[in-house]
Amino acid sequence: MAQFRAHSVLPGFNLALGFTLLYFSLIVLIPLSALFFKTATLGWDGFVDVASSERVLASLRVTFFTSFAAAVINAFFGLIVAWVLVRYSFPGKKLVDALVDLPFALPTAVAGIVLATLYAPNGWLGQYFAAYDIKVAYTPLGIVVALTFIGLPFVVRTVQPVLADVEAEVEEAAASLGAGRLDVFRRVIFPAIYPALLTGFALAFARAIGEYGSVIFIAGNMPYISEITPLLIVAKLEQYDYAGATAIAVLMLLISFALLLSINALQWWSSRRGAR
Amino acid sequence: MSLTTNNRIAVNTRITTTESKPVIGLLLIVALTYLVLFLGLPLYAVFHEAFSKGSELYWSALKEADALSAIKLTLLVAVIAVPANLVFGIAAAWAIAKFEFKGKSLLITLIDLPFAVSPVVSGLVYVLLFGAQGWLGPWLMEHDIKLIFAVPGIVLATIFVTFPFIARELIPLMQAQGRDEEEAAVSLGASGWQTFWRVTLPNIKWGLLYGVILCNARAMGEFGAVSVVSGHIRGLTNTMPLHVEILYNEYNFVAAFAVASLLALLALVTLGVKSLVEWQAQRSGEPLHGAH
Repeated sequence: MAQFRAHSVLPGFNLALGFTLLYFSLIVLIPLSALFFKTATLGWDGFVDVASSERVLASLRVTFFTSFAAAVINAFFGLIVAWVLVRYSFPGKKLVDALVDLPFALPTAVAGIVLATLYAPNGWLGQYFAAYDIKVAYTPLGIVVALTFIGLPFVVRTVQPVLADVEAEVEEAAASLGAGRLDVFRRVIFPAIYPALLTGFALAFARAIGEYGSVIFIAGNMPYISEITPLLIVAKLEQYDYAGATAIAVLMLLISFALLLSINALQWWSSRRGAR
Repeated sequence: MSLTTNNRIAVNTRITTTESKPVIGLLLIVALTYLVLFLGLPLYAVFHEAFSKGSELYWSALKEADALSAIKLTLLVAVIAVPANLVFGIAAAWAIAKFEFKGKSLLITLIDLPFAVSPVVSGLVYVLLFGAQGWLGPWLMEHDIKLIFAVPGIVLATIFVTFPFIARELIPLMQAQGRDEEEAAVSLGASGWQTFWRVTLPNIKWGLLYGVILCNARAMGEFGAVSVVSGHIRGLTNTMPLHVEILYNEYNFVAAFAVASLLALLALVTLGVKSLVEWQAQRSGEPLHGAH
């Protein structure tokens, strides 16, 4: 025990760590391990059977493609929003800045029904798309809209502080050496912020992969076309196919863990660059 | 720095490190259009749809018995889940920030785990544990205890998805503050609890409040995880977000948006309090976040 922790005069270590580990085990560790044990009863062949079925693969394609598209949109516009919020001042800026976090605070079901209403063929925004024969709601495009909403704050909030830390002197130096504004951005500012941009992109992407509430209202949920993987888990559950639902869940969990690891690596990388 | 050099830098700055007016205008328009389309318009539309058939229908949708019981259940779930995660957050932050022990960084990573799990999977794990087909299902059935498709399951799933909120706010904050003040208090004869209440708590109050607000917003608004464990029994196991779904799927749009407007209001209050906390923390000079 003496080697397990360094000496300290402060009390409460055993109580605090004991409670932390107990609570973590009961709420997170044991329930999550139930998932893996349940899959184990399926056997490796059974797992592969479920995971490689046509419908699961189609749902993974839809999920990945729409999540990627939404994260790309958010990376592009999120960078512009962060830029505008850091560099310029305009009336109502504080309000706009606070509103960026709305997708974190607004329940996903509310986002889902309001986006479905707005982008329906007769909705405020959907009617303009309908004029060009483009259907947004009840198609994969609708999923991209919902996932863009959900992921909007990530890029803005990761890029904002890093952009604020870019020192004006470096930009001045580059400019006084004859670099144009676009060159300064490309050669000086962008290299400083792109680890943060990539981190924000990865966070938005990871969030989108697991998203359920905002998507199901606008997706149309057509198997093979606009059915996302989390919905397929629910569909299997409703048919009492617990083993099938569990196998897909494990697959999703492994994907999430891989993403979590890469995000941690990204953050480590970007903080090291920041500390230079 | 003398006045002249100051002036020179200011002039230089204007010439070299800002964009031309048209570019600034363009970037502003792009950014604001994007935010209006994706944030402003949806937010406005929630209230517009809720009141689209007059305020009488709006209020009657909220006073309806199933809506009231959904509101009550949502409040009940938050009242249990938030304090539970608050106690955990403080305990975890105390252990991690004030002591050195092996496996600490692993523990910090593990605490974030629920954020990486899809909400649907978060609900599923409890069905696998406590459901009729689950590990403890037969034993629970024998003793006539119902956790899944009942309120306890909803509470558990909510605790799971909101698990990291307060801890991840407090850990970096308390790590940044170090343990000098607590050590001073203890060496002057204060007990552990006295040290916590009089020294630690005042130092972390803004960060704590910040975490509690975000935790509460998610606890009241969670949909996916709760949907899997709820069983959707009207008046019994429907939280507000689930009630919104049912009304919407019944094409009762006014009622769906009426309940949704309450949740949107909750979101606005959350953002308001969050900004207030950030502003207060900045004003009092106490850092809200630790070094991330």
